[in-house]
Amino acid sequence: MSGNNNDKSKIIPERKRTMLEVKNLHAGIEGNEILRGIDLKVGIGEVHAIMGPNGSGKSTLAQVLAGRESYPVSAGNVLYEGKDLLAMKPEDRAREGVFMAFQYPVEIPGVSNTYFLKAALNAVRKYRGLEELDAMEFLKLVKEKAKFVDLDEALLTRPVNQGFSGGEKKRNEIFQMAVLEPKLAILDETDSGLDIDALRAVADGINKLRSKENATIIVTHYQRLLNYIVPDYVHVLIDGRIVKSGTKELALELESKGYDWVKELADKVEMSA
Amino acid sequence: METKPKSPSSQPDIETLATGEYKYGFETAVAYDSVRKGLNEDIIRELWEKKGEPDWMLEYRLKAYRHWSKLEKAQAEPKWANIKYGPIDYDEICYYSAPKKMPKLESLDQIDPEVRRTFERLGIPLEEQKLLSGVAVDAVFDSVSVATTFREKLADLGIIFCSMTDAIREHPDLVRSNLGSVVPHTDNFFASLNAAVFTDGSFAYIPKGVRCPMELSTYFRINARNTGQFERTLIIADEGASVSYLEGCTAPMRDENQLHAAVVELIAHDRATIKYSTIQNWYPGDKEGKGGIYNFVTKRGKCAGKGSKITWTQVETGAAITWKYPGCILQGDDSVGEFYSVAVVNNHQQADTGTKMIHLGKNTRSTIVSKGISAGVAQNSYRGLVRIAKQATGARNFSQCDSLLIGDRCGAHTFPYMEVKNTSSRIEHEASTSKIGEDQIFYCKQRGLSTEDAVNMIVNGFCKEVFRELPMEFAVEAQKLLGISLEGSVG
Repeated sequence: MSGNNNDKSKIIPERKRTMLEVKNLHAGIEGNEILRGIDLKVGIGEVHAIMGPNGSGKSTLAQVLAGRESYPVSAGNVLYEGKDLLAMKPEDRAREGVFMAFQYPVEIPGVSNTYFLKAALNAVRKYRGLEELDAMEFLKLVKEKAKFVDLDEALLTRPVNQGFSGGEKKRNEIFQMAVLEPKLAILDETDSGLDIDALRAVADGINKLRSKENATIIVTHYQRLLNYIVPDYVHVLIDGRIVKSGTKELALELESKGYDWVKELADKVEMSA
Repeated sequence: METKPKSPSSQPDIETLATGEYKYGFETAVAYDSVRKGLNEDIIRELWEKKGEPDWMLEYRLKAYRHWSKLEKAQAEPKWANIKYGPIDYDEICYYSAPKKMPKLESLDQIDPEVRRTFERLGIPLEEQKLLSGVAVDAVFDSVSVATTFREKLADLGIIFCSMTDAIREHPDLVRSNLGSVVPHTDNFFASLNAAVFTDGSFAYIPKGVRCPMELSTYFRINARNTGQFERTLIIADEGASVSYLEGCTAPMRDENQLHAAVVELIAHDRATIKYSTIQNWYPGDKEGKGGIYNFVTKRGKCAGKGSKITWTQVETGAAITWKYPGCILQGDDSVGEFYSVAVVNNHQQADTGTKMIHLGKNTRSTIVSKGISAGVAQNSYRGLVRIAKQATGARNFSQCDSLLIGDRCGAHTFPYMEVKNTSSRIEHEASTSKIGEDQIFYCKQRGLSTEDAVNMIVNGFCKEVFRELPMEFAVEAQKLLGISLEGSVG
């Protein structure tokens, strides 16, 4: 297992300061292990794509990092900014700057998008010892950010995600990300269910938010999102393990060859483990 | 099977969170002037004497008592509601209890300082000079009204706002001709009991064409042990008048159940509007279901005049059992009845609540919006009747009943009854049941909100259509109350 880790560090030289370090992470639901020893290092300013076939554990990885209780961790550890991420409550992870864009954003009837986001932002600010924003300051910020990610202002006053189209929901996730300014953004299948225009718009938003100070993990099944958001590293996840890591070219290779050829690699890893 | 590591990220369990204390559960030490326990004609006479009421009141009380007594012998306590409780021993209840040291109050300074402090602790200011909120308050402590503020100012406009005791003494004709005209003493078991023994409550009369310039409000407090509270409220809005009225209620925490059987009657004449809002926060009993108030209440409004309107808004968070159906008799043509309700039950609380809309006049309209929230092992039922009489042509009703479940041990039930006797009327009924999903809570937490804040936000969003109907400052109070009631409901 550690051999695998060493391989990866050979592939990926000149690391920047590490923001996230996942070591031998095992997790699953009710005795069914889905993540079976994930190792992953994400440096500050980097964009990592996690690719893999359906059921390989991509979304589980995103959820575990965000702190979803329904996927208990059975082994391994995760360091985020030098802190034990797994020991933190989900809300504290968020307050520490971990953001997950949901594959299926949740509807909250009767709660306006702005109200929700104001409560969230102020909870984060309070945690960081910053003063809470008042209604006027917040409104100004929200309008600015809506413009920045090209979100229809009409969506601000509507209940959170309720009656939003698929594209609007995903765009709303990116808008929330713009307001909350996370250090680590995890995008869970953000491209799923989007037509090409919506995909481009969402990708534009993500690219605008990309900076030297933050890092992004993109979880995706298809390569097409990576045409718009160019990753620094690509990892292939199969059966709960990262079986291959590389640069953006790996994504293209996957696109043309499919996942079958890496699956063979996975079997080899299985045997060596 | 892997062992689950003790992860600090797992939520604090229900038990630890459920310690959200009922913050109004204190008891005030005051001396009482009471009648002995139990109920018979002698006790009613004694009560009547203590209150110094006119003869017609004794007749009224005895008539009601005799009716109730027949019902009691026939064990005719209503059994149809979806609630469970042990037998009530009506001989173990004290029907009159008043703090001593209160002869005739000439000014607010004469209130027993203990009683006064009680209302201060409840956040109810009685001193007019300190009152900036523009709310006239009547404070009822156990069986009697201890203070009514702003009386003089309202009197300048011809508005009468006083305790029922004062109203019977000072405005006997007005009371006599209206009392029992909407809820007769034969209406139901608890209404009969109330008519026999009611001791105080609030009275308001708004004269022709007057808009009451401030919220009228009554705070009810049960303090004495083994005492029932039987208040009676009567509000009359004359032609073209309008008034907004709010009641709030609290009680100390006790192991035994206490009975609260109130009657409220509203009368709206031509084009008059009455808005009646309730924030009910009686002691709900402890986590195991011990103690708490039995809230068996009859509330009804009569839209007597053309184009009149009555709106009931209730936020029911307390009481061990709630049994109430604030309704409207839409007698005048084009009159409007509205009912907006949030009923929250947690732990072992039970609620069977809803409304009755009786359409008698032409083109009458009614709206019902009911939001039921259940948590713990609590049961919540909506029960509503929409009756459209033959002559009520062109009548319309819209009903919406939504239930929200928190956890998987509670229940929500809906019992809508509809009777339509003509072909030109229209009834619509929408209903939904949903559960606060782990998904919703996780989504909120992932954005930095705590579990409690998340539940609060989701529940408040669910209740928004009702809160919108409350006067501003009470909407804020209602939101907070909801948060307290549901504390610890999500683990």
